[in-house]
Amino acid sequence: MSVLIGEDSRVVVQGITGGEGRFHTEQMVEYGTNVVAGAVPGKGGQEVAGVPVYDTVAEAAAEADADTSVVFVPPAFAGDACFEALSVDELDVVVTITEGIPTQDMSRVYRRLQETDAYLVGPNCPGVITPGEAKLGILPGNIFEAGRVGLVSRSGTLTYQVVDNLTNRGIGQSTAIGIGGDPIIGTSFVEALALFEQDDRTDAVVMCGEIGGEDEERAAEYIDEYMTTPVAGFIAGRTAPPGKRMGHAGAIVSGSGTGTAESKITALEDADVPVGDTPEQVVDHVEDLL
Amino acid sequence: MKLHEYQAKEVFAEAGIPTPASQLAGTVEEAVAAAESVGYPVAVKAQVQVGGRGKAGGIVLADDESEAREAAEDILGMDLKGYTVERVLVEAAVDFTNELYVGVTMDRGESKPVAMVSTRGGVDIEEVAAEDPEAITREHVDPAFGMYPYQARKAVYDAGVDRAAAGDVASVLSTLYDLWEDKDGADAEINPLMVTADDEVVAADAVFNVDEDALFRHPDLAEMEEEGEFSETELERKADEYGFDYVRLSGNVGIIGNGAGLVMTTLDLVDHYGGSPANFLDVGGGAKAERIANALDMVFSDENVDAVVFNIFGGITRGDEVAEGINQALEQFETVPKPVVVRLAGTRATEGMEILNTDLVTVEGTLEDAVQRAVEYAGTAADSGGVEQ
Repeated sequence: MSVLIGEDSRVVVQGITGGEGRFHTEQMVEYGTNVVAGAVPGKGGQEVAGVPVYDTVAEAAAEADADTSVVFVPPAFAGDACFEALSVDELDVVVTITEGIPTQDMSRVYRRLQETDAYLVGPNCPGVITPGEAKLGILPGNIFEAGRVGLVSRSGTLTYQVVDNLTNRGIGQSTAIGIGGDPIIGTSFVEALALFEQDDRTDAVVMCGEIGGEDEERAAEYIDEYMTTPVAGFIAGRTAPPGKRMGHAGAIVSGSGTGTAESKITALEDADVPVGDTPEQVVDHVEDLL
Repeated sequence: MKLHEYQAKEVFAEAGIPTPASQLAGTVEEAVAAAESVGYPVAVKAQVQVGGRGKAGGIVLADDESEAREAAEDILGMDLKGYTVERVLVEAAVDFTNELYVGVTMDRGESKPVAMVSTRGGVDIEEVAAEDPEAITREHVDPAFGMYPYQARKAVYDAGVDRAAAGDVASVLSTLYDLWEDKDGADAEINPLMVTADDEVVAADAVFNVDEDALFRHPDLAEMEEEGEFSETELERKADEYGFDYVRLSGNVGIIGNGAGLVMTTLDLVDHYGGSPANFLDVGGGAKAERIANALDMVFSDENVDAVVFNIFGGITRGDEVAEGINQALEQFETVPKPVVVRLAGTRATEGMEILNTDLVTVEGTLEDAVQRAVEYAGTAADSGGVEQ
């Protein structure tokens, strides 16, 4: 079994007729992802990259047996798109790429998510990829290599950097999950780590965190108590000053000092997770763990 | 997006939260006239968006005209943590018996809103939270339903607010929550919420930060943001104009990259290799040549910068676009003002490397090497006051 997505995933692209949706659908199809439908209100009956478009997600699920959604809808409408995806029982994974969704919209989506059995990944994330099988989102497929190391990260390009270092050293990946850089996200580090812990194709996990919030600290507690699969870590933002948002809406050290890189690194090290000072060092740690 | 105090008070007052009489002033004469109009004693308050204004001398009480004049002369034009004070709010001073704190924010850990009350108002609430978290009562709100009035009452009683003022404080908290919800607030705070000898409540300060991502549905607040930009620094103005996520730091190695996590990592590596980062600058995803050129212009404008590291890992950003932007930006100079080290990886990086004018930049193959080279250049420049590349 792969994590979240694999060769059996049947994908509907919400927002497939937009510029981003269209371009990345082509890329996803080219990678080998089984994209079975698009969903855009008012565009039912059209085709994009050979994929039939439906007016609603429910229709896409009923007509094309979609079980997984990827959302490329503009920020003002993306909250609604997440609600729509979560209203369809057949969908068990929703990956929201959109950056810039209002935080209060996401707080309501998160509230709704708790009432469902689905996984929501993102928003503001690069997506999810199971190399050689399927990719959802905007990740450049060519840097990944199928293998046995899982990766979970809050940041897109940092993921690419670490994956590139892994691949260059001959270490392939089982699945990479970009959980997103927003203050409110669907799938946390803990939930992603739990998926890798249960996955018999993952031998080690790389966790790339960053300043802001306390998700990494919670992940450290989880690793300490429940995980047998070894984890190596990286934390970005050691040099970030308090009170300044470092690009991501979620990447901010509060004035009272919560969310610092130091606190996250200490928590991980206390859970016996080796933390690299550089991306290259993370790969050294992974080699030691394997 | 942060509103100024005077703007937040306008918003609060309009929603029915009691605020002191006040007027905004840009000159000493205007400030004196404002003081006459609101009535002595007054507080003269610098309108800059930094914390701890009081301690830094940005808030002064005045009992009469000469004191008001002196206060305005002192505060207008003063430098508060890097910002020049261009306007003051002249406000009727409130005679209080108690100072409370009320606030609403998003609790990230719980992914839901939280309303807060404390009887320890009038001081830095984050210090209170760190020293004595029990002194702040928190009431989480289900975002599907909003805050019920009983929740506001419960928070106020639990915090131990005097019974005589409790009803009014609960009503202020309810209003503040509704405002926060309606206007996509990030943080809404009143600190202090003053209680007078007659048990009246008055918002003596006001903080209202708005979710930047939700500004599109609040044109009134977007207008206030524009109006409030008088207090920006030159570099902030430029970052706004170009639409960059930019944070200035105190070092001399300028940093440009794509994606927040990777840019932060580049900053950390500069520090790791013994340098000191001058800034955070994220060009975002899919940047075209012009945007890349703007980023270089931005970093060159910072006089502290002695060398620049340009680190791009292309996913949706294309290496050839980046290379073209770098060439465009540098070819307009007779000599490149500051040494630039470039590292390109990912989408179309090979094509980018071919285009890149290597007479103007230094190319490195890995992130680690690029950062070390830039740190080295910056060190040399700092020692000699200039560097030949």
